[in-house]
Amino acid sequence: MRIAAALMLAGACAYAQAPYERIRQAWREPANWLTYSGSYDAHRYSALGQLTPSNVGRLRPLWVYQAGEQEIEVSPIVVDEVMYISEAPIGVTALDIHTGRSLWSWIRPTPADLTTIGYGRVNRGVAVLDNLVYVGTLDAHLMAFDSRSGAIRWDTVVADYRSGYGITAAPLAINGKVITGVSGGEGGIRGFIDAYDAKSGKRLWRFWTIPAPGEPGHETWAGDSWKTGGGPTWLTGSYDPELNLLYWGTGNPGPDWNGTKRGGDNLYTCSLVALNADTGKLKWHFQFTPHDDHDWDATEIPVLLNTTVRGRKRKVVAMANRNAFYYLLDRATGEFLLGTPFAKQTWAKGLDDHGRPQVLPGTSPSQKGSLVWPSMHGATNWPSPAFNPKTNLFYVPVREMGSYYFSWDVEYKPGARFTGGAERALPADQASGAVRALDVSTGERRWDFRLHTPPWAGLLTTGGGLVFGGTNEGNFFALDAVSGKPLWDFQTGGMIEANPISFAIDGKQVVAITAGHSVFVFGLQ
Amino acid sequence: MFHDPAHGCCLTVAALLIAAACGAPSRQPADPIAAMTPADLAHGRRLFESQCADCHGATGEGGRGANLAVPHLKYAPDNAALFRVIMSGIDGTEMPAVRGFADRDVWHVAGYVRTLGRTAAVTLPGNARRGEKLYASLQCASCHTINAQGGTLGPDLTGVGVRRNAMFLRDCLVDPAKTLPENFVMIRARTLNGREVRGIRVNEDTFTIQIKSLDGQFSSFRKTALASLDKLQETPMPSYRGRLFGPNLDDLVAYLASLRGGL
Repeated sequence: MRIAAALMLAGACAYAQAPYERIRQAWREPANWLTYSGSYDAHRYSALGQLTPSNVGRLRPLWVYQAGEQEIEVSPIVVDEVMYISEAPIGVTALDIHTGRSLWSWIRPTPADLTTIGYGRVNRGVAVLDNLVYVGTLDAHLMAFDSRSGAIRWDTVVADYRSGYGITAAPLAINGKVITGVSGGEGGIRGFIDAYDAKSGKRLWRFWTIPAPGEPGHETWAGDSWKTGGGPTWLTGSYDPELNLLYWGTGNPGPDWNGTKRGGDNLYTCSLVALNADTGKLKWHFQFTPHDDHDWDATEIPVLLNTTVRGRKRKVVAMANRNAFYYLLDRATGEFLLGTPFAKQTWAKGLDDHGRPQVLPGTSPSQKGSLVWPSMHGATNWPSPAFNPKTNLFYVPVREMGSYYFSWDVEYKPGARFTGGAERALPADQASGAVRALDVSTGERRWDFRLHTPPWAGLLTTGGGLVFGGTNEGNFFALDAVSGKPLWDFQTGGMIEANPISFAIDGKQVVAITAGHSVFVFGLQ
Repeated sequence: MFHDPAHGCCLTVAALLIAAACGAPSRQPADPIAAMTPADLAHGRRLFESQCADCHGATGEGGRGANLAVPHLKYAPDNAALFRVIMSGIDGTEMPAVRGFADRDVWHVAGYVRTLGRTAAVTLPGNARRGEKLYASLQCASCHTINAQGGTLGPDLTGVGVRRNAMFLRDCLVDPAKTLPENFVMIRARTLNGREVRGIRVNEDTFTIQIKSLDGQFSSFRKTALASLDKLQETPMPSYRGRLFGPNLDDLVAYLASLRGGL
């Protein structure tokens, strides 16, 4: 019995694939990609330097994995020679990184009465911690799988999908906990961020993004509008282990385009919240777009970095926001340090000394339609920016697009669209995209690489001096990180609406991207 | 498992009927348009005016998009088909799928579209048979195909009377630059070694462009091999302003408007 117990214990230790300490120090092992953004500070930066401007022109596909029929938006995880992806509509697959062959796969259909209001039937990736793989589902479950076999270890219901909730974001696994947000801002939900015990799936805490009566911030909602206030939390946040703070973006207030019955700033929508990771208590918040009526969710990646702002070294969180402004905030206190447009915007004269926008008249949605830049999808969106500590540049996937915004009355019904209007973007030939490099500490533009259409692909940057990105027309490409010069491109044949990663196979650097419904891995000969 | 063959069949049928009655709700109700309230139709109208009117006209009279103010819609012979057309678009045409609409929203738009069909049909001036002769004498078939006959440089006109309304067709003839479809943009590409190619843009991305010359040849370029790439205001479609007017123009428009498809 003792021998058997010892063997079991040994087996359990061998399965502790990705303990928290490894993920916390992800920078030590760039041969893996241990969390959604590569590291808790969300730089989406690979320290691997084998691929350089001089050899990237020889990149070629090494293998392709074709997932199911639907297009996928996943950013893979790589741990110890296994790649983990989520699949549409609800599934997880483990792949051998040498060949792309499946090691195990689990998929189930969505409920027949599922409606995903305001978002597609997608999933953006998994999280790994110890020997478990975690995924959120369209019908608002959080699930844990054994990383070696795909056996389900727990399956927790996070919310009722019939009330408009769903999960599309990759969870974030930190010390003993798995953090998830929810989608549903077009369905009149009350948004939240949850933490679950990583081993048991039991909920540890919940932070509601819309404060109830008596809670701070409730006074920013007129009447009962807080009950259907929205504030979804549908993109993976970042984590500072030293401050023990989670940084999470929140989405739009509801109804999206009609703010008449929800007077007030509508906290904490369109904000960045900093939460104590142990308790979920709010340490600070910053609201980018008070009383938003353009659907400019602040669900963009919060990037944690250290830089010099106006001559003083600061620990900041940088965000290129959907509302077309680039922000630097002190990440310990939330103090506003800098805010400057990074794309065309016609809705604000500027930001005041506290970062509050000075909104121009006539820019709210109207019955006949109001023309405003940026469009509803914003000057950037969920696709990841990237920060390269060697170039000190912050790279943003930019959408240059304007729209007509319409507004009308709407009544809340559970499970129905609650937007109070519509948006109609300008024709395609009046829109474009770019990979835009900003000086990280000032937001000034350093270079632009123009894209044919506004992108739905994120960026990766590397220690070898490259920036990788994708296009709607299927091009996966590499740019010189210093100059923006295009160095290599490949036609994948499918729309790229995902973020690239980099890792190593047998010590050789590779890059991976999802295009269409396939995962492509590229390396040198 | 039924061991009694005499009763097995009846029990199986009963089981199937019960299963059907208790089955999971289907995604599309049978025909919710019949039960629509004025509020539903008003919502449908608002969605239509903000999302559809650009192509189909403020009251569905058509333009770049089909005239919807008619009792029968070719691509929507019944309401379920109309739902699908709005939800998923029409392959091979400029009608896109909606994005981010719940089923209920699409039904509201469909319901509103059906109300447009109750307006009286408009009678066009002009004689379609005389227009057909004019089409031949102007040699339009050198660039356009109707029912598999003719050239392929310009758009296929089979069914153009369903896709575009009469006013738009008139504009196509007298002001073709204004009505140029997105997939018939004229491009001039000049390569670094001095070659010039003019033609219709077939496809373009950040790195490459594919062009079809007026003689039907395809060219493919990497943009880094080009000295310049310009969109041209001209079109290969000649303008008939000043050459066709009055009854002649009416006849040709009437002929084109009569092309409802049929291969």
